[in-house]
Amino acid sequence: MITLGHYLGLSAALFVISLAGIFLNRKNIILLLMCVELMLLAVNFNFIAFSRFLGDSTGQIFVFFILTVAAAEAAIGLAILVVVFRSRRTIAVRDLTSLKG
Amino acid sequence: MKEIYLAIVMSPLVAALLAGLGGRLLGRAGAHSVTILGVGISAVLSVYVLYQQAIGGAPAENVSVYTWLISDGVRMEVGFLVDRLSALMMVVVTFVSLMVHVYTIGYMHDDPGYQRFFSYISLFTFAMLMLVMANNLLQLFFGWEAVGLVSYLLIGFWYTRPTAIFANLKAFLVNRVGDFGFILGIAAILYMTGSLDYAEIFARAPELADAELQVGPNTVWPALTVACILLFIGAMGKSAQVPLHVWLPDSMEGPTPISALIHAATMVTAGVFLIARMSPLFEHSVAALSVVLCIGAITALFTGLLGLVQFDIKRVVAYSTLSQLGYMMVAQGASAYGAGMFHLTTHAFFKALLFLAAGSVIIALHHEQDMRRMGGLRRYLPITYWTCLLGCLSLIGFPAFSGFFSKDALIESVHLSTTPGAGLAYACVLAGVFITALYTFRMFFMVFHGPERISDDARGHLHEPGWVVTLPLVLLAVPSVVLGWLTAGPVLFGDFFGASLQVLPSQDVVSVLGSKIWQGPGAFVLHGFATPALYLALAGVGLAWYLYLRNPSLLKRLADAAKPIRLLLEKKYYADTLAEQVVPAGSRGVGKLLWRFGDAAVIDGLAVNGSARLVGWAARKLRLIQTGELYGYAFAMIFGLAALMLWLLIG
Repeated sequence: MITLGHYLGLSAALFVISLAGIFLNRKNIILLLMCVELMLLAVNFNFIAFSRFLGDSTGQIFVFFILTVAAAEAAIGLAILVVVFRSRRTIAVRDLTSLKG
Repeated sequence: MKEIYLAIVMSPLVAALLAGLGGRLLGRAGAHSVTILGVGISAVLSVYVLYQQAIGGAPAENVSVYTWLISDGVRMEVGFLVDRLSALMMVVVTFVSLMVHVYTIGYMHDDPGYQRFFSYISLFTFAMLMLVMANNLLQLFFGWEAVGLVSYLLIGFWYTRPTAIFANLKAFLVNRVGDFGFILGIAAILYMTGSLDYAEIFARAPELADAELQVGPNTVWPALTVACILLFIGAMGKSAQVPLHVWLPDSMEGPTPISALIHAATMVTAGVFLIARMSPLFEHSVAALSVVLCIGAITALFTGLLGLVQFDIKRVVAYSTLSQLGYMMVAQGASAYGAGMFHLTTHAFFKALLFLAAGSVIIALHHEQDMRRMGGLRRYLPITYWTCLLGCLSLIGFPAFSGFFSKDALIESVHLSTTPGAGLAYACVLAGVFITALYTFRMFFMVFHGPERISDDARGHLHEPGWVVTLPLVLLAVPSVVLGWLTAGPVLFGDFFGASLQVLPSQDVVSVLGSKIWQGPGAFVLHGFATPALYLALAGVGLAWYLYLRNPSLLKRLADAAKPIRLLLEKKYYADTLAEQVVPAGSRGVGKLLWRFGDAAVIDGLAVNGSARLVGWAARKLRLIQTGELYGYAFAMIFGLAALMLWLLIG
């Protein structure tokens, strides 16, 4: 029997994996964006799991919104990425340090 | 009477304003007419007031004219205290001023600043009258500063001469030192009595004698002595006592009428007048009297010595003035206020006379002041010669002249005095008599006798100046000769000053002197032959005659033999060096130290730039946190979030 705990465990694992992706990755912005998407997915998992186990569909509706926003965000993020690459000739996170103090 | 007092004070002021502001419209003749009229009204009314006070038996009057403000019970007002002391000063001031006004017509004849000059001397007369007629310390201070201002303006009258500008600045600055003490003294009296009014202050003088002033955690000073010495510091500045005497010889840069009026007869005696006016206070402080006595004695002797080596005719008279002011101070210190005031009065006449005579010589020689280019002027300037001789005899205290009565009474009073330092003072004033005679007749012989050393240029038009110059000489010569004989009895030994001077019976040397030797002026002259002063004076005249007329080669040898002393005197004891270089250099040193250390290091370095540097340093350190690397921020964010959650869980 799969319990709420299993879903929450999976969700937490996905979240931590994406978190580690943000820390450890020093090179690729695309990876960074993907990690952010993964984080959102982990959150979605929580929403759906709770919705199912509490018998309240509000959580599932919320997920649609989040997916929409995440798609828009990914589109904008990729667009910025293209512009950055055009002007800086690199998308390595390590090199994008113009805001250094 | 209030209207008369107001008229006395206001008429010179109105005249000064008219001549000063409307000088161009009035023209030269208009300017001198209006100012002479103004001062003339003052003089006539002053004589009337003195007559009322001295002979008419009018009581001393204390009238308040205008209340300026009342603050916390302290009344600041304009008022007049007219008693015999101030009436005497009023007559001296207005009479000498009138003479100087008339004389100025001749002296400043072709000066472009003619109207300005008349405006200034009338303004001076106003200020001096405010000073002597004041019934409170604030008004006295007003007059005190106003005469100082006019003195400054007149020393620098020829403002294109660098030496004149230097001299007037010096006079002003040196007087600031004295005035600083003076205003502190006024503050001390205000603090102790809560009043500026003479009558109230004097009424409380006996109880103040034992009052004490807390000046430090464990230091207590006798309050009255502190106040009196502070007031005396003010008097030292104005009356040019050592060591604040340095400005007076330099003030001779001003036109000669001013030297006569301000720097000999009236303004410089304000300090002496102040102490006489404050006699109810000074009487209760023997320490303050002793300071006055010693400073006066030092001034009397040592500035007289300087007169021996001067060649500028005006400077000889200036050093003589310094020395005579010392004499007056000695009298004040010995509690012989009457004798001091009497010497002030006679001195005003004969010193004004000597200055105007010197001025007459200067005009005749076309502004030549060096005595080495004079000599033998007796033939050319008979009126000046004879009046100057009378003035000189009065100055050295020749029997029966005015100066004899005042100076002899003064010296005898010091002899009788028991104030600490009286022995020293007696020795100084006796030696001073000899010195006075020596430098006075040295000047006299160098100018009027001996070989002519006049330049050919000046000889061509050498003649006695006009009546506007000689008339004041003659009019001043009269009191220089007879004033002492006529008034010594009532003024010195009678009850002339009455309650306006207060002397404790134990210190009242003048009345002791009076009861001992005064039996009329004739007897006093005879008594003079029994005192050393007369013989010292005659010895001084004899020595001057011998050295300057009879045997000049001996003088030259003496001068060579005593070179170090002569050098010391020619350098004026290095007092000018002290005042112009050591003191300013010291102040500049202190200023530089404060600037370098206090301002540049502490305030700028530590407070202003220091705090800025601290912020800069902190910012430099803190900006390193901002790496611009995203994973760093993310890590910090998550780590912070985790820490916060942990804290919430545990807490």
